[in-house]
Amino acid sequence: MAAPRPLPRLDAENRPFWTGGEAGELRIMRCRDCRAFIHPPRPVCRSCLSENVAPEVVPGTGVVDTFTVNYQKWHPAMEVPFVIARVALDGAPGVFLTTNIVGCAVEDVDVGDRVRVTFERQDDVYLPLFEKVG
Amino acid sequence: MADDEAYISGIGQSRIGVKLTRHPLLLTLDAVREALDEAGLTIGQIDGVSTYPGRTPALLGFSPIGADELIDALGIRASWYAGGGEISSQLGAVTAAVAAVRTGQARHVICFRTVYEAAAMSRPDEYPVPRRERVDGYSQWFAPFNAMSAANWTAQYAMRHVKRYGLTREQLAQIALTDRANAVLNPRALVREPLTMDEYLSARMISTPLCLYDCDRYTDASTVLIVSAGSAIDEVRCTPIRIAAMAGTVHRQSWDQAEWMACYPTGADLWKRTDYRPGDVDTAQLYDGFSFQALAWLEALGFCEVGEGGRFIEGGKRIALDGELPLNTFGGQIGAGRLHGFGFAHEAVVQLRGLGGTRQIAGDPRVAVCASGGGPLATALLLVRD
Repeated sequence: MAAPRPLPRLDAENRPFWTGGEAGELRIMRCRDCRAFIHPPRPVCRSCLSENVAPEVVPGTGVVDTFTVNYQKWHPAMEVPFVIARVALDGAPGVFLTTNIVGCAVEDVDVGDRVRVTFERQDDVYLPLFEKVG
Repeated sequence: MADDEAYISGIGQSRIGVKLTRHPLLLTLDAVREALDEAGLTIGQIDGVSTYPGRTPALLGFSPIGADELIDALGIRASWYAGGGEISSQLGAVTAAVAAVRTGQARHVICFRTVYEAAAMSRPDEYPVPRRERVDGYSQWFAPFNAMSAANWTAQYAMRHVKRYGLTREQLAQIALTDRANAVLNPRALVREPLTMDEYLSARMISTPLCLYDCDRYTDASTVLIVSAGSAIDEVRCTPIRIAAMAGTVHRQSWDQAEWMACYPTGADLWKRTDYRPGDVDTAQLYDGFSFQALAWLEALGFCEVGEGGRFIEGGKRIALDGELPLNTFGGQIGAGRLHGFGFAHEAVVQLRGLGGTRQIAGDPRVAVCASGGGPLATALLLVRD
């Protein structure tokens, strides 16, 4: 079994993001006034300073913008290699998620790959990982 | 010398090592003494202190000494001081000091960066790493995905260059090879053996495309730069080096939401504040905690087009000690040790004063650019010997 991951401390702003997976939903904070997305989630819109913000469900698909294959064991229990990627989310322009691409060999990941979210639960957190589509 | 300008006067550096036992305050004192001696100043003439990132209790090896502690320990009567991490990166401590002396808040400011990471790791009883139950702040967006290190974050920017612009390992290798060649000529450098292309290409990967030799390593050392007011420069006996322009721009304070590393807007802004142009620069001392950062800085500062960094350094001749743009002539952080930003400004001053010894670049260098950080934090300084 893989070593446990460091988990985020949940608060009012980040809880929708980190627990949306329970309902199978990827939720990104969005401004209800100017419609810009806000990530990391905060109680104010960085585009128009509106406080009228709320989490919104996005499709959960995206594109690998860039990635790296990590070979270094940053702690002894870490299983390597694995892929760390920056995914550009569909339906949320300008929002990127740092994540892992799972379910395939590390050498099968490339920039431009279409990916879809898959949640991994650990304690009360649902980590949005991504797997290749098709 | 213009009264309203700011200058770097004395510079100093402790021994550079790993697992040193000398107290980090005393390493800092070593660097302070050397800087005072060079400038011909006494500690009584120092009236300001500036550091990055200040004492960091949660990670003491990263920054064991704060500005406040140095003031008290050395009996400095400070009319101005600052220390903290919420600034544009390591050399942000210098830009703060420049603002202080140009507004009359201080005359001679000790700027320092003391690192003790190797020693601290070897003495966990003295330097414990606190265990956290949960991560918060920006770490929460990386640590849950085991993206633990700036190596991972920087590697993703480097990979984009590989995929978009065709950056090759042989091209990127020139940063480490140049660093290690230069470090051989620096008596204080941590690693004093050259690195070959074969060794580089066969090194183990850390986080693709970065291999072991693309990364600096934990180091114990202190570096000091004294920033002096133009109105007080006649008290200084060493050649003053003018801080001709500074920049530290951030558009998104984030390792993954920013389209470009902060060095790009920072580099562009630097040239808006001076009549000098990239072609006037005699040597570049650019942050290379990870090799790719130096390559990105070369692009960001306009020495080549964005995406052309790999081809710019290909073969290594252009950035070699006898090349058209000598880079990281002290060995950078990959060769000289992880001095964390301050080593680049220190070396720029050494070269502009002609004090580089066997690593002194030819000609009569008058203009140098130095930079720290690169990712969401970036600072660039243009230094000139008038």
